Amino acid sequence: MAKVTIDGIEVEVPDGTTILNAARQIGGEVVPPAMCYYTSLKETGGKCRVCLVKVTQGSAKDPRPMPKLVASCRTPVADGMVVQNVTSPDVLEARKGVVEFLLLNHPLDCPICDQAGECDLQDLSYEHGTEGTRTEFERRTFDKIDIGDKIKLHMTRCILCYRCVFVADQLTPERVHGVLNRGDRSEISTYIEKAVDNDFSGNMIDVCPVGALTDRTFRFKSRVWFTKPMDAHRQCSKCCGKVVLWMKGNEVLRVTGRKDQYGEVKEFICNECRFEHKNTADWTIEGPRHINRHSVISQNHYEKIDLQNLKREVERQIVFQKGRQLPEASPNS
Amino acid sequence: MGRKLLLEHINEPGIQSFKVYRQKGGYASVEKALKTMTPDAVTEEVKKSGLRGRGGAGFPAGMKWSFIDKKSDKPRYLVCNADESEPGTFKDRYLMEHIPHILVEGMITSSYALGAKTSFIYIRGEYMYIVRILEKAIDEAYANGFLGKNILGTDYSLDLYVHPGAGAYICGEETALLESLEGKRGNPRLKPPFPAVAGLYACPTVVNNVETIAAVVPIVNNGGEEYAKIGVGKSTGTKLISASGHINKPGVYEIELGLPVEEFIYSEEYCGGIWKGRKLKAVVAGGSSVPILPTDLILKTAKGEPRLMTYESLSDGGFVSGTMLGSGGFIVMDETTNIVKNLYTFSRFYHHESCGQCSPCREGTAWLEKILHRLLHGQGKKKDIDILVDAAKKIEGNTICPLGDAAAWPVASAIRHFRKEFEEEAAALPAERNLELATH
Repeated sequence: MAKVTIDGIEVEVPDGTTILNAARQIGGEVVPPAMCYYTSLKETGGKCRVCLVKVTQGSAKDPRPMPKLVASCRTPVADGMVVQNVTSPDVLEARKGVVEFLLLNHPLDCPICDQAGECDLQDLSYEHGTEGTRTEFERRTFDKIDIGDKIKLHMTRCILCYRCVFVADQLTPERVHGVLNRGDRSEISTYIEKAVDNDFSGNMIDVCPVGALTDRTFRFKSRVWFTKPMDAHRQCSKCCGKVVLWMKGNEVLRVTGRKDQYGEVKEFICNECRFEHKNTADWTIEGPRHINRHSVISQNHYEKIDLQNLKREVERQIVFQKGRQLPEASPNS
Repeated sequence: MGRKLLLEHINEPGIQSFKVYRQKGGYASVEKALKTMTPDAVTEEVKKSGLRGRGGAGFPAGMKWSFIDKKSDKPRYLVCNADESEPGTFKDRYLMEHIPHILVEGMITSSYALGAKTSFIYIRGEYMYIVRILEKAIDEAYANGFLGKNILGTDYSLDLYVHPGAGAYICGEETALLESLEGKRGNPRLKPPFPAVAGLYACPTVVNNVETIAAVVPIVNNGGEEYAKIGVGKSTGTKLISASGHINKPGVYEIELGLPVEEFIYSEEYCGGIWKGRKLKAVVAGGSSVPILPTDLILKTAKGEPRLMTYESLSDGGFVSGTMLGSGGFIVMDETTNIVKNLYTFSRFYHHESCGQCSPCREGTAWLEKILHRLLHGQGKKKDIDILVDAAKKIEGNTICPLGDAAAWPVASAIRHFRKEFEEEAAALPAERNLELATH
């Protein structure tokens, strides 16, 4: 086990845990945002650079600070490590920079994007970005293509997190798409057009943090905040069968995997569940899905407060706010 | 006249062939190492020599070798980084083209020290003709019993392969190189784990520059201590410098580290002074990635001491008033050079070569290039200069690999030292600007 201090809050985690996952044990503001890391996909992370944090003390044995900001999603903790996330102005500045870079070529077509309302990039830019842009250049665009008959790729919106490439690598029998070209001309693409055709390809839609990969059976049907998410399940021979139905009245508009509070699906679902069963009769409905109350999707949905949770949240806030007022750990920062 | 260790026999006719190379004392280091020394003793000599990585970072080679995980039961690999793509650097090309056997010899001796049974030379795709030269040299070494099974009758065996890349600058970054060598897209890996623990095919691997490996030959022949006598302080031995730009005698020079920069530029033995009788304006001392320095700071440090060709002296003053020895790509610019145009060329290169894996570099390098293009073509605005500085700062240190730093440093340093020129560009009218560019 290793004891780590993140933004003044101590937590004990097993050896080999990443800084990001240690922070998730604490929860709240000390959790760095993550656009490319995905717990259930191996080797993801390290690419988007929004989870950069400052390590002011490497470990109890070797207390030297790390020379550069590190990607918290891929850096393992060490016993006695001291990490600064939101308490470090350097980290906030770097993150602001990364958000600006991610938005340089992003079309910002949120009003017509199906992902709006559940988009990680939207959340990230509200939290860490600036209101204006400094770029005056024409944005990079690509033609929309269909990858497979159920998925639309709108490369213009892509932030190249590589998550969908890892889905293709790790969930599907053979890799059918990847990254072509390099630099800002890189694009996700299939080698042979419409080649994506396998039982688990639909998960690419769920892992996409932006609106680059969308469900062709749902495109332009409804804004997500006009739909009502319901947990449901069915007996499925291919997958766990545990899904979220996004409903309008009694109509099932789309089916997705169950995302946790960090937007990650733990149990992937098959294409049959996702695309073929859009009748409520096919499903055993468990009840309304809990959506974070800060999300636009939860507007007008009232929920009973869990007092235990609330108490824990308040206590954590108190510790956290105290931690923020601590003097900086290193004189250089 | 400085001592020559690598280029000693460069002018010997037929030195490309095994026969002449062997007559001139070639492959002595292999004989000495395999017959009289243990692998650890060879590593020890390299440590004693103080040899530092010649590819750019200047990391002590002996220390890098000692990091290799010898307890692991996986095979170990030595990979030679011959993906020399830094603008302004062409020393490895010269060495491999004219004395290919010194690299082969160095590879055998170094592989022996590391216990590698298979070694690779990863060479950039544009050097296809050198691939043939090296393959011929390797064939000759096999034919003469210096490669293959039971080298020189000892129980050490080694296979050596040359692998050409497809021409990407990023594949010169050691982990991208390993990915490419494995047959994948050349994207840099996240570190840790470092190659010494999990490198090629997830086995312990050492990646060294061509010149570093070649330098092992004189180190083993003459002893590490003898090698360490050349040079100043922690910068020991000789270094190949690729001198280019507005000088009378561009070319590859082998210098003893510690040579004053002024002597290197102006003496007849080396660059022979600035061409056409013009004055020196600026120098990029270690390949396009390192900060540019104006005349007063390249010849003397901020403290007023003469600047020497050593790792320490060139980086004296940090990035405020110093630079880096880097790969030894010494680019000299005379007084007529347009620094903004020069910087645009560099930025265009980094934009073109960014792998696109991490956001700051993928988007930032393109942005830097676009702003510089605008500045240079009379469309610039005064705020552009501040945006350049700020964007460079936000790329630097926040990327997976050093390409982001390499793209940011030239921008930051050019504006630091030549801000006035950028302001003039920003103020110039389009018509004036185009006329000026056309006449240059």
